[in-house]
Amino acid sequence: MADEVSTNPPQLRVVLAKLGFDGHDRGIKIVARILRDAGMEVIYLGLRQSYKNVVNAVEQEDADAIGLSMHNASHMTLAPKMVAALAEAGLEVPVVVGGIVPDEDIEPLLEKGVAAILGPGASAEEVAQTIRDAVASMRAETSQA
Amino acid sequence: MSLRGLSPADIFERALAGERHALGRLITFVERDAAEAEIVAEMAHTRAGNAHVIGITGSPGSGKSTLTGQLVKLLGEAGKRAAVLAVDPSSPLTGGAILGDRVRMEDVASPDTFIRSMATRGHQGGLSLAVPGVVRLLDATGYDPIVIETVGVGQVEVDIAGTADTTVVVATPGMGDSVQANKAGLLELADLFVVNKADRPGASDVRRDLELMLDLSHLSGHDQRTGMRPEIVMTTALSGEGAPEMWDAIERHFTTIADNGQLTERRINRDVAEVRNRLMADLESRIDVMLTGNSLSGVAEVLDAVAGRSLSPTAAATQLAARISDL
Repeated sequence: MADEVSTNPPQLRVVLAKLGFDGHDRGIKIVARILRDAGMEVIYLGLRQSYKNVVNAVEQEDADAIGLSMHNASHMTLAPKMVAALAEAGLEVPVVVGGIVPDEDIEPLLEKGVAAILGPGASAEEVAQTIRDAVASMRAETSQA
Repeated sequence: MSLRGLSPADIFERALAGERHALGRLITFVERDAAEAEIVAEMAHTRAGNAHVIGITGSPGSGKSTLTGQLVKLLGEAGKRAAVLAVDPSSPLTGGAILGDRVRMEDVASPDTFIRSMATRGHQGGLSLAVPGVVRLLDATGYDPIVIETVGVGQVEVDIAGTADTTVVVATPGMGDSVQANKAGLLELADLFVVNKADRPGASDVRRDLELMLDLSHLSGHDQRTGMRPEIVMTTALSGEGAPEMWDAIERHFTTIADNGQLTERRINRDVAEVRNRLMADLESRIDVMLTGNSLSGVAEVLDAVAGRSLSPTAAATQLAARISDL
C-alpha cells in the first residue's frame, strides 16, 4: 500500500519550537505554514519548551529536522545547549535557528553545531530549501561517519 | 543512542527494550510503507493483541486533544504506560501538515507516555491508513492503553470504530438539534458519548438529545448488537472535570465487551478489515495502471467508446472488471 499522497522524496517531518521564556510566536506560526505548504509535516510545539520536550518530540516523532525560533537574544546560550542535548541523546538531527540573530553571532553558532540560520526577510522558498539542505547534509555526514 | 546502520530487527529489539527513538523509527517505516514495514509488521503481530485501544473522535474544536491530554494525565497517575496517536489532516494540495496536538498533551503526560503525531496522508476516513500498523507496534512494545485521537470529523468518517475497542464520540453544545442526533453515521457507532464544554449553556440539551436518540436505538437492533447502551458522560476538558468519570466509563465498556465476547469479535473483524484495506489499495493501484497506462490491450478502445457515447460507463466497467486479474 503506497502513501496516497505522493511522498517522493519521503515526507520530511520537522519539529518547530521556541525554547524558554520567549513569547514572540508570530514568526514560528508563519514558518509552520510555509513548511506545510512546502509539503512537510510540521510537529508544532510552540511556546515555552524545554530541551527535554524537544528531545522527546524528536525521538517519538522521528523528526528529520528541528526549527528553533529565537527572538529574545538567548540564542547564544540556548541554541548550542539544544545541539548538545540532541548529541547526548544520540540524535543526528539538524537544528535550524530562525529569528533575530546579529551578524556577528552567526559564525559562532555555526561552529557550535547549528546547521543554518534564517533571518528576517528570508523568503518562503529559502526557508523550505534551508531545511531540505540541512537534512541532506546531515544525512551525507552521518552516512560517511 | 544512534540508530545508524541498524537492521529493522535490531531496531525492533531496541524498541522492545524501551528505547523510544527506536519505536519512533519503526513507526516511520510503517507510515512510509517502506520495505522494512513488512518485517516490522510480522514481528509486531505475534506480540500484539493485549492493549485496550481507545478512539476519541468528534468535530473540530470539540476538545478531543484537551480531553485526550486529561485522560493521559489520569493514566500516568494510575501508573499505566499509555500511548497516544494524534491524527491531523494532510493538505490535499501539497501533502504537508501541521500536527499541533502534541503541545496540548506533553505538559500533562507522564514521562512514560509515548505520543506520536500522524498526518492522514490523503486518506479520507478520519485516520491515516498506517494507523492499524502503528497501533500494532505500540501494542507489541507494551503500551496499554493506546489512545487514538482522530482528525476533527463530521458525520461519515467512521474509520475509528473499526480500529478501536472503545469508540468515544465527543459532542459539544451548539452541535445542532435532535434531528442531527438521529442522522445516520458516526453517532450510531459510539460506544460512549462525552458531552464536553459542559460548563456552557446548552450542554444539558445535548445530553437530552443524545438520550432520546439512544432511547430509539432498540428500533434498529443497535443495543442487542453491541450488548450495551452507550453511556453519556459530561466533561469540562479545560479544568479536567469529568475526566475520571470518562475513564471509568471507558473501562466499564471494555469490561462489558470483554465479558460478552464482543471484544474478540471486534478484533477479528479489525484484522479482516485491514487485510481488506490492503487488498483494496492493491486493487486501486492496478485499476489506475489499467486506466492510465497502455499495459492492457483493448482498454483504450473501451474508454474511447465511452467518450464517443457508444458505450455506457456501467457497461465499460463490466467489461473491464474481467480484465483486472490480467494485471
